[in-house]
Amino acid sequence: MSEQNRLGVFKTYKLYVGGKFPRSESGRVYEVTDSKGQWLANAPQSSRKDARDAVVAARKAFGGWSGATAYNRGQVLYRVAEMLEGRKEQFVREVAASEGLSKSKAAAVVDAAIDRWVWYAGWTDKIGQISGGANPVAGPFFNLSTPEPTGVVTVLAPQKSSFLGLVSVIAPVIATGNTAVVIASADAPLPALSLGEVLATSDLPGGVVNILSGATAELAAPLAAHQDVNAIDLTGAGAELAKELEIAAADNLKRVLRPLAAEADGSDASTDWLAAPGTHRLTAFLETKTVWHPTGALGASGSSY
Amino acid sequence: MPTTAPAFSDATASDSALRRFLFGLPGVDAVGLEARAASLGTRSIKTTAKAYAIDLAISMIDLTTLEGADTPGKVRALAAKAVHPDPTDRTTPRTAAVCVYPDMAATAAAALAGSGVKVASVATAFPAGRAALDIKLADVRDAVAAGADEIDMVIDRGAFLSGRFMKVYEEILAVKAECGTARLKVIFETGELSTYDNIRRASWLGMLAGADFIKTSTGKVATNATPANTLLMLEAVRDFRAQTGVQIGVKPAGGIRTTKDAVKFLVLVNETAGEDWLDNHWFRFGASSLLNDLLMQRQKLSTGRYSGPDYVTVD
Amino acid sequence: MASAFEYAPAPESRSVVDIAPSYGLFIDGEFTEAADGKVFKTVSPSTEEVLSEVARAGAADVDRAVKAARKAFEKWSALPGSERAKYLFRIARIIQERSRELAVLETLDNGKPIKETRDADLPLVAAHFFYYAGWADKLDHAGYGSNPRPLGVAGQVIPWNFPLLMLAWKIAPALATGNTVVLKPAETTPLSALFFADICRQAGLPKGVVNILTGYGDAGEALVTHPDVNKVAFTGSTAVGKAIARSVAGTDKKVTLELGGKGANIVFDDAPIDQAVEGIVTGIFFNQGQVCCAGSRLLVQESVQDEVLDALKRRLSTLRLGDPLDKNTDIGAINSAEQLSRITALVETGEAEGAERWSAPCELPSSGYWFAPTLFTNVTQAHTVARDEIFGPVLSVLSFRTPDEAVAKANNSQYGLSAGIWTEKGSRILAVANKLRAGVVWANTFNKFDPTSPFGGYKESGYGREGGRHGLEAYLDV
Repeated sequence: MSEQNRLGVFKTYKLYVGGKFPRSESGRVYEVTDSKGQWLANAPQSSRKDARDAVVAARKAFGGWSGATAYNRGQVLYRVAEMLEGRKEQFVREVAASEGLSKSKAAAVVDAAIDRWVWYAGWTDKIGQISGGANPVAGPFFNLSTPEPTGVVTVLAPQKSSFLGLVSVIAPVIATGNTAVVIASADAPLPALSLGEVLATSDLPGGVVNILSGATAELAAPLAAHQDVNAIDLTGAGAELAKELEIAAADNLKRVLRPLAAEADGSDASTDWLAAPGTHRLTAFLETKTVWHPTGALGASGSSY
Repeated sequence: MPTTAPAFSDATASDSALRRFLFGLPGVDAVGLEARAASLGTRSIKTTAKAYAIDLAISMIDLTTLEGADTPGKVRALAAKAVHPDPTDRTTPRTAAVCVYPDMAATAAAALAGSGVKVASVATAFPAGRAALDIKLADVRDAVAAGADEIDMVIDRGAFLSGRFMKVYEEILAVKAECGTARLKVIFETGELSTYDNIRRASWLGMLAGADFIKTSTGKVATNATPANTLLMLEAVRDFRAQTGVQIGVKPAGGIRTTKDAVKFLVLVNETAGEDWLDNHWFRFGASSLLNDLLMQRQKLSTGRYSGPDYVTVD
Repeated sequence: MASAFEYAPAPESRSVVDIAPSYGLFIDGEFTEAADGKVFKTVSPSTEEVLSEVARAGAADVDRAVKAARKAFEKWSALPGSERAKYLFRIARIIQERSRELAVLETLDNGKPIKETRDADLPLVAAHFFYYAGWADKLDHAGYGSNPRPLGVAGQVIPWNFPLLMLAWKIAPALATGNTVVLKPAETTPLSALFFADICRQAGLPKGVVNILTGYGDAGEALVTHPDVNKVAFTGSTAVGKAIARSVAGTDKKVTLELGGKGANIVFDDAPIDQAVEGIVTGIFFNQGQVCCAGSRLLVQESVQDEVLDALKRRLSTLRLGDPLDKNTDIGAINSAEQLSRITALVETGEAEGAERWSAPCELPSSGYWFAPTLFTNVTQAHTVARDEIFGPVLSVLSFRTPDEAVAKANNSQYGLSAGIWTEKGSRILAVANKLRAGVVWANTFNKFDPTSPFGGYKESGYGREGGRHGLEAYLDV
C-alpha cells in the first residue's frame, strides 16, 4: 500500500473543562466546515449544563491560580508558547482551513499567536507594578493599592480570528490570575479545541481555562446570567447579543468588556489582531484592592529617626 | 491588705509568670490610641461644665516644686498658695497636695497642717532612681517620717527595659511596705519607656505590686504626660477595677500648663475610666504653672472679663 | 448617661449659614426654575423643620442641563490642563474658606453631627479638589498613554450620606480630566450642592461646566439614560446600580458604580483590643452607620468575644446622641423618615429571626428621625441582619474560631466593598488582607479616607474606583 493511499486518522474534537476532555453533555455535535464548505470535523455542541460545569471548574481553579505567584503564572504562560511552537504545523493547518488563509498567512498568524503568549507571559509580574502602588495619604498610614483578579470570566472569543484572536482574549484574562470559560468561535472552533490540548500539557492547572464550542448566543445567555461568574468579555458577540448579555450581566454586576464599535456586527473582520494589544484587556478584569495600616512613630514620645 | 490583687496572684508567682503575663496583655496601636485621645480632645466644654471642670482640676493639682534651688521659704509660699490658690476668692478650692523633695517634706507638713492639703514627696532617688534599694527605701522612710502623706516613687526603668520585671515588681513591693499609711504613686517615666506597649505593661506591673496611683512621669524628661499615655493608663485602671474590684488612681505629670489641656484630661477621665475617677482621691495633675491658668480662667468665668498674670500670685 | 461631669450644650452657631427660602436648578451658570415649575421641600432630619424649597428637575430640565454641559465641553476640554487646574485650586481654597458655613449647612440638611462635617466631610472635600486640581496638567503621566482625552458630558448621581463629599468625588476628577458635568444630589440633601454652585460662581468657572439638578429618582434616571451623556457615575444602592447597568447596555457610556456593602470587621484574639473597640465604633456608628463601607458585621474570635462585647457595650454607653449642631454630639439624626423606617423594619426582622438585640441607653429626641446605636448578638450568616445592608447604626455580631473561618465568613456576601482586620500579628494582616474580596481593607483602623487612595468595590458593591490615580480612568477615554 502506497503512502498516498493511507487512510488518515481523524481526531474526535472534545471540550476542555476542568482539565479534562469531555464530550458535550448534550451528546450532540455539529458539523464544522472550511471556508469553502468542506467538512472538517464534528465539534461538540455544548449545552447549558456544559457551561455550568465549566463555571464550577473555573471557580474551583480560581483560588489556586490567583494565589500562585506571578512568576509561576508567567512560566506557565511561557510554557504554553513553548508547547505551541512544537505543534505549530497542526495549528497552521487548522487556521488555514478555518479562516481560509493561505498556508503562509496562516503561519504568520500562528507565529503571532505564539508571540502573544510570550508577551502576556512577561506581563504577569509587571501589571501589579504599573497598575498598583503606594498612595501618599495625609496621615500616619501605609496605604497600598494592588490589582487583583476579578474571578471567573466568561470570554466570547472572536468569531473570525479563530486562533490569534482567541489567544489575544484568553491570555490577558488568565495572566492576572482570573480563570476563564471560553466560548470558541461558533463556525471555527477547531483551533480553540486544539488549544485545549496544548493547555493541558503546559502545566496550566485544570479549570483555569475551559473551552466550549457550540452556538454562541445559546451558551452565552446562561453564562451572562450566572451568579457565580464575575465578568464577561463580549468580544465575540454582535451588537444585539452584546446588549442582551450586558443586561443579563447586570444582575450580579459583572464587569463587562464591550466589543469595539468596529466589531458591532459580531464580526471582528476589521479588527487588526496583529496590532500591539496594549494593557486594556489585562486591566479590564482586575479589581483594585487598597489596604490601609497605621504607621505611627517608633515610640510613644515620637522619635528623631 | 493583699499586696497583689487575688485575681492575678498567679501572674506574679515567678519571674517567668510575670513576664508571660505582661507580654500577654493586648497590644496597643499607637495611631489608634492617639486618634482616640485627639478625638476626645475636641470635646467642647463650656459655661457650667467649664466651671465644674476648672474647680475639679484645681482640686486635683499636686502643686509641685522639685528644684535644686528649693528652700523652706519657697515651699512655705507654695503651701500657702495650695491652701488659698486665689487670695481674692475664698471659694476657690484647695489643691490636692503639695509635692516636694523628701528634705522639704517636714517644712511642707508644717505649713499645711490642718489644711486638708496633703504632703506628697518624691522618693527612691527621684528622678533617675539610680541608687541601691536600701538607699531608695531609706529615702522613702525619711519622707514618711517627715510627714509625707503620699510617696511618688520612680520605677527602675533600666530593669524594666532590660526585661527584669520581677526586680521592678519587688522594688515597688518593698517601697509600698515602707509607706505605711502613705499612698504610693508609682512613676513610670513614660518618656523613657518609649512605647505604648511598655506603658501598658508598666501600668499592670505597678497595679499588681500595689500602687495606689500610677503616674506618667517625673517632669524631668523631654516627654511627660500626654493625652495618649494618660488615656492608656486610664484604660489600665478601668480594666484592673473591672477584674479585681480594686480602684487605682492616675496622675499625669509634667507638661500640662493650660486650662484647655487640663479640661481635655478630665474629659479623658470622664469618658474612659468614668465618673468614679472624677475626684482628687483618684486623679491628680502633677503641675505647677497650670494652677495660675486655671485661676485666670476661673476669674474670667466669674467676672466675664479676661484676667491677666498680675491678678494671680507668682508662687 | 448622667454623670458628675455634664457637658453643657455647645451648639455651633446656625447663623453662619444663610439658607434662602427657595432655590432653583443651576443650569448653564444660572439658577432657574424647573420647566414644569415643580418644587419640593428639604427638611432638617433632626427637627423636621423645613429648611428650604428647591426646584424639582424633570426630563426637560435634564435635557437643558446636558445641552449646556455639551456646549461648555468644547471650550473646557480644550483649555490647557494648567488652566483647568487653577479653577480647581480656586474651588478647593474657597471650600476651605467657607468650610464652617458648609459644615453647618451639611449638618442641618443631613442630620449628621457637626463634629463629623467639621472634622471629616469638609476637610476631605477641600482635599479632594486640591488633589485632582494637580492632576489636570499631568494627565500625560497618569499611566493612560499620552494626551488622554476626556469622555464628554458626565451624568452624576450622588447619595445623601456624604452630600458634599460625594459631589467632590464626582466633580473633581471629572473637571480635572476635561469633562463637563450634570450632577443630581439626593432629594433629601440638595442644599450643599446648590451652595457649591455658588462656589463655582465665585471661582469664575465657565458657565455650563458644572450643572446641578435637584430632584428625585426620575431626574436621575433621565440623566443616566440621556443619549448625549458619555459617562455615568453613580453612588447609591445596589438595586439602582443594577438598573443603571441595564440601562446603559448596548451604549458606549462609561460607567462607574459605588454601591452597597456589608463590611466585615474581623477582630482576632491578639488584637489591640481598645483600639479595635474604637474601630468597631467608628466602623458602624460613623455617620449613624449610613455609610456604604460601614463595618456592619463584626466577626470576633470566640476566645475574646465576651471581652470585646463587654468593652463595646461600655463604650457605646458613652456615645452622645442628640442635637447634631452640638459640638459634643457623637450620633446625629437618621437622614429621613423613609430611611428610619427601613432601619426599623430590618431591626424588627433581626429580632423576629431570633438575634439578640441590645441598644445603647440613650434618650431619643421627640422630633426628628432617630435610632439608638444598636447591636445584635447571636447572629449567624443565615440572619437577614448579617446579609442585608441596613445602612443605619446597627451592628451584627458573629463569631469565628480560626482565621480561615473568618475569611470564609467575611467573603460570604454578595458585596465586597470594605473589610477590617484587627491583629497585632503582621503576617496575619497580610494573609487575611490578601484573601478578602473587598476593595478597601482597613487593618488596625477603619473608615479612613483620602483623595489619593482609590475607593470602590468588588462584586455587587459596584465597579470602578474613585480617588487616586485610579480615579482618573473613569473620566478618560482609555
